[in-house]
Amino acid sequence: MEHIRLPKVENVRLLDKVSPGRSRVGILYLTATHSIFVESDTGLRSETWVLHSLVCSVEKQTTTSSGCPLLVRCKNFQVLLFSIPREPDCHDVYLSLQRLSHPEGFVELYCFSYKPNIVEEERRQDWAFMDLKANYSRMGLPNSLWKLSSINQHYKVSSSYPADLFVPESATPPVVVGSSKFRSRGRFPALSYYSKENHAAICRSSQPLSGFSARCMEDEQMLEAILRSNPRSDFMYVVDTRPKLNAIANRAAGKGYEIEDNYSNIKFQFMGIENIHVMRNSQQKVLELCELRSPSMSDFLEGLESSGWLKHIKAILDAGIFISKAIAEEGVSVLVHCSDGWDRTAQVCSVACVLLDQFYRTLKGLMVLIEKDWVSFGHKFSHRCDHLAGDPKEVSPIIDQFLECVWQLMEQFPCAFEFNERFLITIHSHIYSCQFGNFIGNSQRERRELRVGERTHSLWRYLWTNCADFINPLYRPDHSQTQGLLRPSTAPYCFKFWKGLYNRFDRGMHPRQSVEDYLRAIQEETQQLEEQLASHKQVQLLLVIILQISPDVWALGSDLTGVNTPQDYIGGFFSSSSPRTPKAPDDSSFFQPPDSKQTANPVCSNGSDQESGIADLSCHSPLSEDNSRNQTSDGLDHNMPYRL
Amino acid sequence: MEFAELIKTPRVDGVVLHRPFMPTVEGTLCLTGHHLILSSRQDSAEELWLLHANIDSIEKRFVGSLGRIVVKCKDLRIIQLDIPGMEECLNIASSVEALSTLDSVSLMYPFFYRPMFEVIEDGWNSFLPQDAFKDLESITDEWRLSEVNKDFSVCSSYPPLVAVPKHIDDDTLKKVATFRHGGRFPVLSYYHKKNGMVMMRAGQPLTGTNGRRCKEDEKLINATLRAGKRGYIIDTRTINVAQQAKARGGGFESEGNYPQWRRIHKAIERSNILQESLIKLVEACNDQSHSMDRWLSKLEASNWQTHIKEILTTACLAAQCIDRSGASVLVHGTEGTDSTLQVTSLAQIILDPTCRTIKGFQGLVEREWLQAGHPFQQRCAQSAYSNSKPRQEAPVFLHFLDCVWQTLRQFPCSFEFNEAFLVLLFEHAYASQFGTFLGNSAAERLSLAEKTVSLWSWVNRPQELERLTNPLYEANSLVIWPSVAPQSLLLWEGVFLRWNRSSRCLDEAYDEMVHIIEYNKELQNKVNSLRRQLHEDQVEFCF
Repeated sequence: MEHIRLPKVENVRLLDKVSPGRSRVGILYLTATHSIFVESDTGLRSETWVLHSLVCSVEKQTTTSSGCPLLVRCKNFQVLLFSIPREPDCHDVYLSLQRLSHPEGFVELYCFSYKPNIVEEERRQDWAFMDLKANYSRMGLPNSLWKLSSINQHYKVSSSYPADLFVPESATPPVVVGSSKFRSRGRFPALSYYSKENHAAICRSSQPLSGFSARCMEDEQMLEAILRSNPRSDFMYVVDTRPKLNAIANRAAGKGYEIEDNYSNIKFQFMGIENIHVMRNSQQKVLELCELRSPSMSDFLEGLESSGWLKHIKAILDAGIFISKAIAEEGVSVLVHCSDGWDRTAQVCSVACVLLDQFYRTLKGLMVLIEKDWVSFGHKFSHRCDHLAGDPKEVSPIIDQFLECVWQLMEQFPCAFEFNERFLITIHSHIYSCQFGNFIGNSQRERRELRVGERTHSLWRYLWTNCADFINPLYRPDHSQTQGLLRPSTAPYCFKFWKGLYNRFDRGMHPRQSVEDYLRAIQEETQQLEEQLASHKQVQLLLVIILQISPDVWALGSDLTGVNTPQDYIGGFFSSSSPRTPKAPDDSSFFQPPDSKQTANPVCSNGSDQESGIADLSCHSPLSEDNSRNQTSDGLDHNMPYRL
Repeated sequence: MEFAELIKTPRVDGVVLHRPFMPTVEGTLCLTGHHLILSSRQDSAEELWLLHANIDSIEKRFVGSLGRIVVKCKDLRIIQLDIPGMEECLNIASSVEALSTLDSVSLMYPFFYRPMFEVIEDGWNSFLPQDAFKDLESITDEWRLSEVNKDFSVCSSYPPLVAVPKHIDDDTLKKVATFRHGGRFPVLSYYHKKNGMVMMRAGQPLTGTNGRRCKEDEKLINATLRAGKRGYIIDTRTINVAQQAKARGGGFESEGNYPQWRRIHKAIERSNILQESLIKLVEACNDQSHSMDRWLSKLEASNWQTHIKEILTTACLAAQCIDRSGASVLVHGTEGTDSTLQVTSLAQIILDPTCRTIKGFQGLVEREWLQAGHPFQQRCAQSAYSNSKPRQEAPVFLHFLDCVWQTLRQFPCSFEFNEAFLVLLFEHAYASQFGTFLGNSAAERLSLAEKTVSLWSWVNRPQELERLTNPLYEANSLVIWPSVAPQSLLLWEGVFLRWNRSSRCLDEAYDEMVHIIEYNKELQNKVNSLRRQLHEDQVEFCF
C-alpha cells in the first residue's frame, strides 16, 4: 500500500488505439493489486481491470494540450494508453505503477495475497491434483529399465532439478553424481519421456563441460546406460538444440558438446535454435509490429519477416519432429540438451511429447506436460517472465514459443487436441499473472522454500474445474488424426501469425462469429436433447402402462407430465448462452407453463454484437483484465479502419 | 476445322500419372477434342478427365526414351505424365498445346457438352434483369428500366436493360454515354432498402486535358441525390493515375462541375499488375524449399494480400458511405469493368444479406459481373503458369472471390454457401463445360442460352447444393463489417495451397463439424415427433 502515491485520478481518458475519437473518460483507481479504470460518462458502468503483476512496462510520453499520456504495456499483450489531465498526477501514477508492477521480493507477488473463497482443506487437495508420479506410471515407470532415483532428494546434486528423477536402471549413484559434475549446473541426463511400445526414451540434460578435450568416464557411462535401457537399439541420438557456432563458442569457456569418438554409439546432431536473447528481441519486434497504427500489408509482412519469429517457431517444431520421429519411427533413444538445459531443451522435449503421445494433447495431459518438462525440470519462470524486478537480460518468451508451437499444431490438426486456443491463452496469462503459485520462483527448490504449496493456490485445479470453457468441440479421441504420432508439415506457409494471442485485445481483428462457440452450444443442446429423448421415452412407456391399467386414474397422468414437463429443458435452452437463436420445439405449447411466454422470445440473439464486432471471444478467467464491458449497439467506429 | 487434325496421337498405353496427394495411376492416355483422359481401365481407380481449356501450360522433358509432360492447370494444379516413347510424347505435347490454346469461342467445350443430369431450373432464366427490377419497383418508383441499349449500340459492354433514374430520358442517356468511357453511363448497381441510398457505377468521365464537361452527366448523377444531400464518388484509382488518364482522354469529375459530390481516390491496381501478382504468389506457394524468410518476403513481394486489403477496404468504404453516412455513391475506375465491379459487388455482400445466400450470390455474379460486362474471356484466358505473353489477363474475379472468402472467414455463420462454392466459381471462370463465363459481355453471350448449359442449372440441384451449403448458416439480416487489418487477412489456402499440402485433417474437421450439426438436427426431429406422439397419447387418454 505504501507504494500507492495516488489512489484515485479523475477525468482520465482511456484512448482507443485504432480510432482516437472513441476514447473513454473515467476515473483511474490504483489498488494494491489492480489498476481499475471506471468509465464515468456512460450509463453503462464499464470497468477495465489491469493486474499490476501483468504490467510489463509503463511509459510516460510527452505532455500534450489534452493531458499527459501514460502508456501501459502488459505481459498478456494488452496495451493501454491513458491520458491524465495533470502532469504531477501522471507522474505519481507512473511511479506507483512502476513500483507495483516490479515487486522486489517474492512475498509481494499476487499469489500470496490472492485469497479466493476456498477452504484450506480444499486448497491443499487442489495441489495434490497434479501428480507427476502418476504420469510416470502411466508411461509404465518404474520398470526393469528405468528406476526412480532419490539422489537429488535434497537438491544437492542439482539445485535446479526436481527431487524425483528417473534414471537408467544400470546407472549407479556414483555414475549419476560423476556425470552431474561434468554437466553445467549439475543437470545430468534424466528421463523426460519413455515409450512403452518400443522402450525408446527422451532424456534431457545440460551441456557437458568438455571444453576442448575434457572427458568424463561417468558421463560416458551414463550415456551408455541410457543406450542399454533401450535394448532393441544399438545407438542413440544426442541432440544439441543450439546452433553449432554457439556450441563451439562454449568450448572456449570449458563447456561445449559431446565428441562422438568419446562416447560409444552416439549420433550427434545440432538443431540451430537461437538463444534467449535472440528470442526476446524477436518477440519485441513482433510486439512493435502489433502496436503499429493501421499498418499496410507490406509493413506487416516485412515486419513479420524481419522479426524472425516464425522462423524460430519453425526451428523449434522441426527439432521436436526430429526427436519424435527418432522415438516413434526408429525406436532410438535421444538425449537432448542446450546450454543449461532449461530453455530450448524444455521446448523441444515438450513439443516432441505433444507430437508423440495423444495424452499430452488432452487438457489434463498438457497440464502434466508443462508441470513435468517446465515446472519440475526448473525452467526459470520468475526470471524468464520477469516476475520480480531483476535482470532484463534474463527475460525471454521461451514458454510463449512452446504454447505457440502447440497452437500451430492445432491449426494443422483441428480434431487432435482436446483443448482449444482459449486454454493456451489462459495458461499463458497465468504464467505471467502470478495469481497462482505454480510458476513462482525458478526451480522446485525455490518453490519449496517459498512454501507455495501451503500459501498459494494451484492453477491446474482451477483450469480443471473450468474445463468446460476449454474443450475443443471438434476433438474426437477415436479419430484417426488424433491417434499416434502427429506428422505436421513445416513448410513455411503452414505457419500462421497467432493473432489470437498477440492481437488478443484488438477485438475488431478477430472473426465476429466463433465457429467453436457455435458448435459448443450445439453440443450442449444435443446433450439436453438426448436427456429429453430418454425422459420422453420413459413418460411414453408409463402412459402406455397407465392407459392399459385403468381409465379413471387420469389425474395421475397430468401429475406425471408435471414431473416430466419439458419446461425445464426449454428453460435450459433459453438460459444457455447459445450463440444461435434458440428454436422452440415446434409443439411446445402443450407442455409450456403459462408464465413461460416471455422466455419464448429469442432474447439472446447476438445480432448487434456481430455488427459491432464485439462477439465475446474473451477468456473466462478470474483475471479481471477482460472486465471492460464496452458493449455498444453501434460499435462500427470501434473497428473503423476504412478511412476516407 | 476438325479436332482430329490437331490430334496426332490419340492414344498411348502405359502412361503413368502423378497427381498431388493421390496415388500414381498407370493406364491409357486418350486425347479427344476437349479432354485429356487417363484411365487405368480398372473400376476401382479414378480416371483423370482434364479439360484442355483448363491447361495453362505444358512442359516436356526427356529421360532416355521416357518422355515426361508436366501439365500445369489454370486451377493451379500440377500433374505429371510419364509417356513411354519419344515420338508419342512429342505428339501428345504438341496436340495438347494446340488444343488448349484454341482461340475460337465456338470450338469451346460448352458448345459440345450435353448435360447428363436433369435440369430442374434453367439457369439461363434464373436471373433476368426484369425480375430483379420488379423487386425494386415494389419499394421505390424513383428508378426505371431503360431499353436504350437494347441493340448494344449505346454501350457495347452493357446489357440491353439497365436501371436509371426515372426522370432521365433515353436521349440524355445517349449523350451521357458519349461522355463516359466505353459508353458506360452511370447505372444503378444497388439500392439500399434501409435508407433509400444507392450505389451506381460507370466508366470514367472523358474530361480530357481541357476539362470537358457534360451537363447531362451532371444532371443524371445529381438526380440520384436527395434534396440537400451530398454524395460520394469513389474513384478506384489514385489521384495520380486519374490525372494521367486525362492525357488519354479520360479523367475524373472535378469539384467545380460536381459540387454536390465528394471524390475519394483509392488505389486498386490495374490488370497487368494483378496478373503479375498472381504469377508471383503461385510461384512462392509452389516452392517447398523456401526458408521462412524467403517465403514471407516472396509473399510480400507478390503484393497479392496488399491488393486484397485495398479492394476490401474500398468496398467497405463504399458500404460505409451508404449505410452509415446515408449518402449515395458512384463508383468508377477507368473502364468500369474491373475494379469498379469488385467494389460494387463486395459492398453488396457487406450490406445485403440476400447476397450471402447461394441463390443471391449467383444473382450478384450475374448482375455485377456477367451482365455488367466484366470481360471474363479476356481476363481468364491464362492463369498463373502460362508462358505466352499476357494480353488482357487478370485475376480480377479471383480477387473478388478471395475477398468474399476473407469475409466468410470472419463471419462463418452468415453465409449460406461454403468455401467449396467459391472455389467452384474460380474453377469454372477459368475452364468449364458450362457456357456461363464464356464471352466478354452480354452482347457476346446472346446465343449462349440456346447452345450451352448454364452453370447455375447444374449447381441448383439438391445434390450439388448440399455439397456447397454452409452447415453453420443462420440468416443474419445485418450489415457485416469485415476487419481489413493485415492480421485479419489470410492467404486463401483453399486455392493457393490446395495442391501443395494435404487437406485431409482439415477436411476431417469439416466433416466432424457437419456431423455435430446433423446429429443435433436428427435429435431435434426425434424429440419433436416423440413429443407430438406423447401429446396425442395424452389427448386420447384424457378423453
